[in-house]
Amino acid sequence: MRSEARRDDGPRAPVWLRVLAYGGLLFLHFPILMVGLYAFNTEESAFSFPLKGLTLRWFRAAAEREDVLAAIALSLRVALASTAVALVLGTLLAGALYRRRFFGKEAINLMVILPIALPGIITGIALLSAFRLADVSPSFWTIAVGHATFCVVMVYNNVVARLRRMPHSLLEASADLGADGFQTFRHVALPQMATALLAGGILAFALSFDELIVTTFTAGQEKTLPIWLLDQLGRPRDVPVTNVVALWVMLITAVPILVAWRLTRGTEDVAGSSK
Amino acid sequence: MSSTAVELRNVSRYYGGVRAVDGVSLSIQDGEFFSMLGPSGSGKTTCLRLIAGFEQPTAGSILLHGQEAAGLPPYERDVNTVFQDYALFPHMSVLDNVAYGRMVKGVAKAARHREAEEALELVALGGFGARRPGQLSGGQRQRVALARALINKPRVLLLDEPLGALDLKLREQMQAELKSLQRRLGITFVYVTHDQGEALSMSDRVAVFNLGRIEQVETPRNLYARPRTVFVAGFVGTANVVKGDLARRLTGSEQPFSVRPEHVRFAQGAEGNRVSVEGRLVEVQYHGATSRYEVQVEGHHVLTLSLLNGEADEAALPRRGDTVRVAWAREAMVRLEPEGG
Amino acid sequence: MGTSSPMALPASGQPRNRLSRLVANVLYRHGTLYLLLLLTPPLLWFGVVYLGSLLSLLVQSFYTFDDFTMGVTPDFTWANYAALLDAANHDIVLRTLGMAGAVTVASALLGFPVAYYMARYATGWRKGFFYIAVMLPMWASYIVKAYSWTVLLSKGGIVYWLVERVYLMPALEWVLSLPGVGGSSLSTSNLGRFLVFTYVWLPFMILPIQAAIERVPGNLLQAAADLGARPAQSFRTVLLPLAFPGVVAGSIFTFSLTLGDYIIPQLVGPPGLFIGNMVYTMQGSIGNMPMAASFTVVPIVIVGLYLTVARRLGAFDAL
Repeated sequence: MRSEARRDDGPRAPVWLRVLAYGGLLFLHFPILMVGLYAFNTEESAFSFPLKGLTLRWFRAAAEREDVLAAIALSLRVALASTAVALVLGTLLAGALYRRRFFGKEAINLMVILPIALPGIITGIALLSAFRLADVSPSFWTIAVGHATFCVVMVYNNVVARLRRMPHSLLEASADLGADGFQTFRHVALPQMATALLAGGILAFALSFDELIVTTFTAGQEKTLPIWLLDQLGRPRDVPVTNVVALWVMLITAVPILVAWRLTRGTEDVAGSSK
Repeated sequence: MSSTAVELRNVSRYYGGVRAVDGVSLSIQDGEFFSMLGPSGSGKTTCLRLIAGFEQPTAGSILLHGQEAAGLPPYERDVNTVFQDYALFPHMSVLDNVAYGRMVKGVAKAARHREAEEALELVALGGFGARRPGQLSGGQRQRVALARALINKPRVLLLDEPLGALDLKLREQMQAELKSLQRRLGITFVYVTHDQGEALSMSDRVAVFNLGRIEQVETPRNLYARPRTVFVAGFVGTANVVKGDLARRLTGSEQPFSVRPEHVRFAQGAEGNRVSVEGRLVEVQYHGATSRYEVQVEGHHVLTLSLLNGEADEAALPRRGDTVRVAWAREAMVRLEPEGG
Repeated sequence: MGTSSPMALPASGQPRNRLSRLVANVLYRHGTLYLLLLLTPPLLWFGVVYLGSLLSLLVQSFYTFDDFTMGVTPDFTWANYAALLDAANHDIVLRTLGMAGAVTVASALLGFPVAYYMARYATGWRKGFFYIAVMLPMWASYIVKAYSWTVLLSKGGIVYWLVERVYLMPALEWVLSLPGVGGSSLSTSNLGRFLVFTYVWLPFMILPIQAAIERVPGNLLQAAADLGARPAQSFRTVLLPLAFPGVVAGSIFTFSLTLGDYIIPQLVGPPGLFIGNMVYTMQGSIGNMPMAASFTVVPIVIVGLYLTVARRLGAFDAL
């Protein structure tokens, strides 16, 4: 009886559990909210609390900074390029692996996950050592190549999950009605994968946009937005602009993550469960 | 007059060591309603998929209207399939689903939509074109799948348990519609089912599958009256299959035979031209029009009788626990091939 | 019969592009070729870029670094691996491992109640709310998250203000005076560093646990209750064992991410290198790529061992 009632009108958690759960959420959000608040701080070079006053002028100051805009532009370009590569490679892998069994399949699976499973410093220094060995100097392309490598798994995970849920009979029905492999891909498989591709692409984009550790090895003199922020931490005099840019970065990444969540909602492949 | 629509010559399909289809040969006539009947795992669906081209045979050859089809992809075969799960494209409207076969052949939009509308009329779904498959009931989806499979005007239509997901009433209605549709269109239907009643009521001929092989191919009437193997006798309708010692006592040979419950009667004593045996009545089941009586003979064998209710004098019928004698005519016995042969 | 091939296209349809049909047919008949075509670009990419890089790293770990000329020569040597056994390097490894372990345990303790509430009690809009509320911080910029703590922990900042407000300053000062935990201020203490690490990786622990608990059928707990288990008993004997793979899956992230990090140790906490800082400094300011390369073997081996154990514990199914 007791368990029946709990199932029907929604179970009620013990107070201590609710305190811990909401306390955990507070812990996760409090620091972020504080950074947002400090973006409006009038004080120029300290973090004293309570704030002395609120102002919007740092937003204007940040918007006029060439280095900020250049860093944002570089990060966007890198994210776009690596997402494009990840979409192609991830989709090819998903198409090859989702249904077949063959020798080496497990190894390929592992290889795709490895770049995010191993600490970023390993991927970073490995790429750097290879670039040096091959006499490639750091540039936009070395950053994008590195990012694409660990972004593939985002697309792959989303697409493979979608393909596994799609009834195989849809593809058979298409072939049965006279569509060859290309037509079936275009008219059936692609529309079925569309939202998974979009979600995977968004997550790959967000991952690339925020990546710091690998990038510090592959960027050379280039400054992506996270690297710019890292540099800023050594410049206490520039704190107000740092705060504003930090707030911007949070907002820029929050939107695509929410969109990706909407796209994959109701499906068991938790978007970004393995960032 | 009639030519061969589908012919399988010694076709096998192995998955590793599993013989899903094992040396099957059959030929299906043009315009025939042909059923492949068997329990799950008997190879009937694999056989259908071999004809459609979703699987390729490990050995043997498949001829569609006299032309070798083994090796041809599904999209180059003049057959179409109605899938068990309907396999409607969820991202397309009903009309686009039905028109799909014409679209991939390059037919212009207006023309293919007109054809699709006609196909929908054919299955009594005119005006449903704008909906999405998700907005239809199970029976309606089934009809859309049918219309979609018919739009390319195939000469052979393959149906894989198409009524399996429907409830009993709807299933019976769709059986009648499918049969009349087949008669009107005059095309060959190859129909896979595990439901022997469905196979018997709709088909011109039935192939009974067991363990990847065909046990018997016959018209429904002959299949029921003259089963050839123990498996067919037991799978198609109910049958008393008698073998071993009892068979020897009754017929003088250990070769198994079957006799249908409706041919068995209660008897008073030994009768000259009838076979009779004594046993104990262990179960009586009332089935509306008929009643079933189970008589235990010699410990292991249970013989079943089916009597029309109201035909016999109720008071004279035996009761559970009575010792009774059952008898049947010699002509009612069908000799079966020994098992494992 | 025989007037037209049954394979011929019906008159009303135009034959489509013959070349693409031809290619489609070839790919259909040769499944292995098709598979090969799909796999070649990704395998090339990963083979050349990723595995090639790892290989070049491995090769360079055997190169010789000359302390006087500060140059690297491609002469084979075991010296870089032998140097790993130096006492100073032991400290670095132990310091990093200790932090990774502490952060993992803390994340599990903090994350479990959140995950448990999400999976068992949050319904309707609350479920979505919790999910987003965990996912957004997880995906929020790493560097901003780390930065936010330098803001919070700074002297005169909000944490000090809060502690002062609740008259706990003496307690904080006592904690900061403990060896191994403390430091001259929060932002230069191990405690501060531990807080930042735990904060940054906590969401990676919550989601796998939540997914694992979600997979435990509710009727299993009811069955336990029917059999007379008190809530605490059924939690311990039924839920915890089934949720444990989720904890292990989450710990892969918290452990491995802490192990390889070199940014947070720079920003918060006392001096003393982490494995990541060692690698970064070796290749960067010193230019000793061979030593840096051999040093990366340490986290690779540790993570490899960790993954092997995790696999045994069933964590991969919970990922």
